[in-house]
Amino acid sequence: MVDDEAAAAREAALDRAFTALGDPVRRAIVARLSRGEATVNELADLFPITKQAVSRHIGVLEDAGLITRSRDGQRRPCHLDPAALERLTSWIDGYRLAAEDRFRKLDAVLETLKQEEEER
Amino acid sequence: MSTHPTTINAPEGTPFLDVVREFDATPAQLFRAVTEPKLVAQWLGPRDLEVEMEEYDARPGGRYRFAHTGGHLGGEHAWFNGVFHTVEQDKLIIRTFEYEGVPGEVALEIMRFSVVDGRTRLSQRAVFPSLETREGALSSGMSFGIEQSMDRLSELVERGV
Repeated sequence: MVDDEAAAAREAALDRAFTALGDPVRRAIVARLSRGEATVNELADLFPITKQAVSRHIGVLEDAGLITRSRDGQRRPCHLDPAALERLTSWIDGYRLAAEDRFRKLDAVLETLKQEEEER
Repeated sequence: MSTHPTTINAPEGTPFLDVVREFDATPAQLFRAVTEPKLVAQWLGPRDLEVEMEEYDARPGGRYRFAHTGGHLGGEHAWFNGVFHTVEQDKLIIRTFEYEGVPGEVALEIMRFSVVDGRTRLSQRAVFPSLETREGALSSGMSFGIEQSMDRLSELVERGV
């Protein structure tokens, strides 16, 4: 039963995360933060919307567990939560990602083999 | 060089894991790429991982043992081993497969090569000793490095932006 509850909680967390990502501005914020932390002001500069609107989007991402905010003197930069992303992307199917990656490398090996044979 | 889709099927209630993929190559080329140790080492590691090949003797009764290392594993080694049961050139390979982190849970891998529309199709079935072991193998991809997940997610989100 405990397992069921844990599974239900994971499902609920996934629902919140995907719902949060169902918005182009929030996806753009996540894309920006995947390259490094940024403050609300810095993020607001990227979009033709008010700082208040950006703050609301950040709140949604925070509630969804996708980003966290730290305090650095006067700054309160936003960070992506790598563990949350890991859960999201592994849900997408870690096994498939690994298999497809291996096969793309195998494609490259075969391409090299073909070239070697043609040169002979 | 084109990339073909990978079909993965893990039928409910069975210990099977079926993977089908086509390659722009002849069966002979594909056979070389999956039996010659130097070639195998070039593609067997997913993404950031390196392959350390200890032994890879693709003949009936021959053993293999290799490790994934580097990348998110750091200096750690994840060892895998098995024995080739059947090796029919350009056609069929049957071998055992064991992840040494879960010793004793030995899977059977059947790899068939066939020609389809001038390409070579690799049809692979893994038969696990239990449903639990299969689920473990399926979820093993979850141990992928965080950076990779980040990469994947940025690819995903940037496409959507």
